[in-house]
Amino acid sequence: MLYFRQVLAILRKDAQIEFRTREATTAMIVFAVMAIVMFNFALRLRVDSLRPLVPGVLWVILVFAGTLGLGRSMASEQTNQCIDGLLLAPCDRSAIFVGKAVANALFTLAIALIVAPLMAILFDESMLHTGVLLTVVLGVVGYSGAGTLIATMAASTRAREVFLPILLFPLALPLVVAAVVVTSGFLDRLPFEQFGSWLGVVVAFLVIFWTAGTLLYEFIVEA
Amino acid sequence: MLDAAELTKSYGVRPVLRGVSLSARPGEVVAVLGANGAGKTTLLRVLSTLSKPDGGRLSVAGIDALEHPNRARRLIGLVSHQPLLYPDLTGYENLLFYARMYGVDGRRIQDDESFRVNRQSSIVDPNPKSPNSESGIEALLRQVNLHMRAHDLARTYSRGMLQRLAIARAMIHDPALILLDEPFTGLDQSSARNLSAMLRELAAAGKTLVMTTHEFGRGLESVTRAVLLRGGRIAAELDAGITPDRVAALFE
Repeated sequence: MLYFRQVLAILRKDAQIEFRTREATTAMIVFAVMAIVMFNFALRLRVDSLRPLVPGVLWVILVFAGTLGLGRSMASEQTNQCIDGLLLAPCDRSAIFVGKAVANALFTLAIALIVAPLMAILFDESMLHTGVLLTVVLGVVGYSGAGTLIATMAASTRAREVFLPILLFPLALPLVVAAVVVTSGFLDRLPFEQFGSWLGVVVAFLVIFWTAGTLLYEFIVEA
Repeated sequence: MLDAAELTKSYGVRPVLRGVSLSARPGEVVAVLGANGAGKTTLLRVLSTLSKPDGGRLSVAGIDALEHPNRARRLIGLVSHQPLLYPDLTGYENLLFYARMYGVDGRRIQDDESFRVNRQSSIVDPNPKSPNSESGIEALLRQVNLHMRAHDLARTYSRGMLQRLAIARAMIHDPALILLDEPFTGLDQSSARNLSAMLRELAAAGKTLVMTTHEFGRGLESVTRAVLLRGGRIAAELDAGITPDRVAALFE
């Protein structure tokens, strides 16, 4: 029970700080909106319809915007060495991982709520599809798990802003590819059998990185 | 209360602690003296379970802190050189967060939730006898004389106020062993005097205090025993009559 209270405390604290400063979400929103507008104008020059490009653009934006949030999330723990305050608490280290990863996922999903209608307008493609929404939730949660793990590793290095994308993007490539295929499948109303196995890749990524996070976070954060 | 034996710690090939043994009883205030780079902060990180030693034994109130670190952490409070406080949370919110992390009694926090709601409308009730005001976190804030600034962001606090809030944070779970890393650094005379008085009160209440310092003059009035750390080893020890002159002589 205390474990979940500690997870909730970290989640609540991160949300409180973000609600007050809006540092991560402002950066994420500005990036996402600018990227959508730029993709819209840049891609329109060579293609007649932007609709086939929607899944790829959506996931590139979510991954890049999510990375901005991950960087800020760990930076707040480095200020005043607050991470030591967390480590002094008598809690399972995985509670810190879960609390921060859930917070990161919620921030990125909040950005997805802004990105989806904007893309519907500019790219003429509605995202209001249960399958797409499910894929976004699974993909973002999986990415946040991997991202929180890598952001913690990068946080203790001097060039953390550089290390985070360098380490995270290659790792997240299978997730992004699978999520794009699944999103395309749902948007194009293809039979589920044609792309269902890719949804399995998304779920597998999520399970692997959340399991790795809960098991390995102690060694990463105390290294 | 604290029993550390033959602690060793290296960073890479550089040994920082070379077999440090230190013990402290309840009510005792032990000063770990040493020049910069002597290994004081590393020793405190090891004693607080933030760093694992390469060798040696560490027990807190009979609990093997290396084998059961979470059990030991419930008994340890650390006032680090950094305040370990979130600048974008208020003093009150910082303590509430740490109270939740330590699983401090739910009723105490519950009471304090009502304190927070009350305070949103009336800032801070200056009457300490007010029925809802003297509980849990508020009592702690009052103890460190920060209750009037409880709902200001920590980023607006002075160095002395941050230090007092850091002490309140370290005390949130009522630890038996309090570790302080250079607690007097950066404090003005008045804040240093207040801190000294607070340390004496804690010792009188039966807490065990271990603090590091590289200064001769400050805070020694509350110290009951001093050890000199040099080159990662305990080089000398003073049991009584700890004065700035004797401490200076120790350094030489």
